Formats: sequence, C-alpha cells, structure tokens
Amino acid sequence: MDASNYLYISALLFTIGAVGVVVRRNAIVVFMCIELMLNAANLTFVTFSRINGDLNGQVMAFFTMVVAACEVVVGLAIIVAIYRSRRSASVDDASLLKR
Amino acid sequence: MQLALEVGQTATPEAVMFWILGPLAVLAALAMLLVKKAVHSAILMAFVMVVLAVFYIAQDAVFLGIVQVVVYTGAVMMLFLFILMLVGVDSSDSLTETIRGLRPIAVTAAVGFGGLMVSLLGRATLGREAVGLSAANADGNVEAIGFLLFSRFVWPFEVVSALLITAALGAMVLAHQPRSETKSTQRQLSINRFRGESLATAAGLPAPGVYARHNAVDVPALLPDGNPAPNSVNASLKARGDILDSNTFDLKKISTQVEEEK
Repeated sequence: MDASNYLYISALLFTIGAVGVVVRRNAIVVFMCIELMLNAANLTFVTFSRINGDLNGQVMAFFTMVVAACEVVVGLAIIVAIYRSRRSASVDDASLLKR
Repeated sequence: MQLALEVGQTATPEAVMFWILGPLAVLAALAMLLVKKAVHSAILMAFVMVVLAVFYIAQDAVFLGIVQVVVYTGAVMMLFLFILMLVGVDSSDSLTETIRGLRPIAVTAAVGFGGLMVSLLGRATLGREAVGLSAANADGNVEAIGFLLFSRFVWPFEVVSALLITAALGAMVLAHQPRSETKSTQRQLSINRFRGESLATAAGLPAPGVYARHNAVDVPALLPDGNPAPNSVNASLKARGDILDSNTFDLKKISTQVEEEK
C-alpha cells in the first residue's frame, strides 16, 4: 500500500471539516469541524514525516496538537461567555456588529 | 517499538487496516456533518480521532498516536461534551438553512476543493522512493522525538508552554463571572426567615413529592387540604418547565375516581 493513501484520506477529512465550518450553525459543531481540519493537517505531517524519513514532521504535529488544545480551551470559553449573554450557541445569533 | 513497515512496498496488515478504518473515518466525518444533535457529532468526532491515532501508530508515530488518544479523545472531546452539557441543546442544532443557497454552494466548493487536492496529490511525485522511519526511529520513537524537542525545537517548545499557560488564564478570565450581589451569610439568612412575611417557611420549604402516591422532585407536595404547595418544587425546575401538574394528584379528584370505580 502506498503511503500517499493517507494523504488522500487527510484531504477528504480536511474538505469535510471545511464544509462543516460553513454549513453548520451550532458554534460547538463548527468548532469540532475546525478540530477535524487540524487533525487532517496532522495526518499529513505524520505521513510526510514517514515518506521523508525525518521526524521533524512529527514534532510539528505535536506542536499543532498543543496549539489546538489552547484554541479549544479559549474558544469554548468564548462560546460559554456568548451563551451567557445571548442564551444561544448559534453562530447566527452573535450578530451584534452587523446592526 | 518497530513496526518494520517498509514504505512503498505492500505491507498487507497495514493495507487491510487502512481499507477498513479509512472509509469508516470518512463516513464518520460525513455523518458528523449530517446528524442533528451536537452530542452525536461529538461521539463521531471522537471515533475519527481514535482512527487517526491508529493511523499514526501504523505510520511509526507511536508517541503521537498515544498523545492523540490521551489529548484529543480524552481531554479535548471531554471538554467539548462538558460544554455541550453546560450550554444545552437549543435551536442552533436544527439543520435549516439560514442563508439561501449556502448549502449547494458549500458542497460545490467542497467537491471542487477536494477534487483539486486529490488530483494534485495523485499527480505529485517526490522523484525518489519514500524513505520510511526505521532509521530515524532506531533508538525508539519517543527518544528520537524527545531529542528533537529538547535540541532543535527547544525554543518553540518553551514558547508553546507560555501559550498554554496564557490560554488557561484566558479561559479562566473569559468564563469567570463575578457575583452580581453579595452572598448572604447564614446569620442573615436565618434573620430573613424569621423576620419575613410569615413564619410558615421558618423551618424551611416543604419537600416535593406527593406522599404515599407519587414521589418525585418535579411533583409539588400536597397540603393537608389537598391543594398543591407551589414552593415545594425547586425554582430552576419551574423555570425550565420540567414540572408535573399536581392537580392530577389532587386528593378530592382521586377520591371521586375511587367512588366511581366502586
């Protein structure tokens, strides 16, 4: 089996995540889709690390995981803060700047 | 740990694993988009992450595979579920389209983007054989990654730790909510009970539930005259509407029903 099959899977997962960010309205689901995109990028890192025989890609994936964890923590705190003031986790309801 | 998989040449167990788990992961990711409830999305997402962990381990990234399970499926998805339970299920879970024509456009763009990526990947060649990680992982994957982290990447590693601490503090600041009123002390509460409108609640509020017939926190207690006691049910249950009508347990009606049955 060719290692580039993993790259195809990763491209598909990234695309699905991107569609989810655009289509879904629940802020938490949108967030999960962003996580899916980050994970897809990580899979690419790991696969290229294997293809190139170099561990730098795995270290990059490790850093991506740390940054993703930070992003989740802050993002969910923002969602909770918005939910407290607007009683809704929908991305359409947070439109104060539009009016 | 050496999985001894030579890249480029067919490793049958890995191929079997890939062709079973790969389609499952893509299906789970698609279902994540299509299911209505956010909790189901979270479960499917956790499945995709576990599959990715298996992929990492199969590709000689043992450390990352374990970290993926511990950090993503363990910590991050738990955090997601925790926030889901905190925020609750509301109208944002519905799949109705708010911007007209958004969904066809999104799907078209996605098919275009995905097709472009896949065709690019299919055409790209490195001009040489894939190497594999057996040499780089000769002393073990964890040792090799640790060596890289603490030599070449030591500065980014420290910066990332600062980022992590900042994120934790930021989350605390964002999620913290100051009390809008000072909390009354026990002494103050006691004084309020006895100097209030009446002495009826001085010994505390009545407990919910209907004695000997129905016993639940969402059913108001019946007073001696058969009427329900509204203050026996928790106020937050009342606000949520999770409350049974206690008139159905009204003693007078019950006695007449029994009479009729006789």
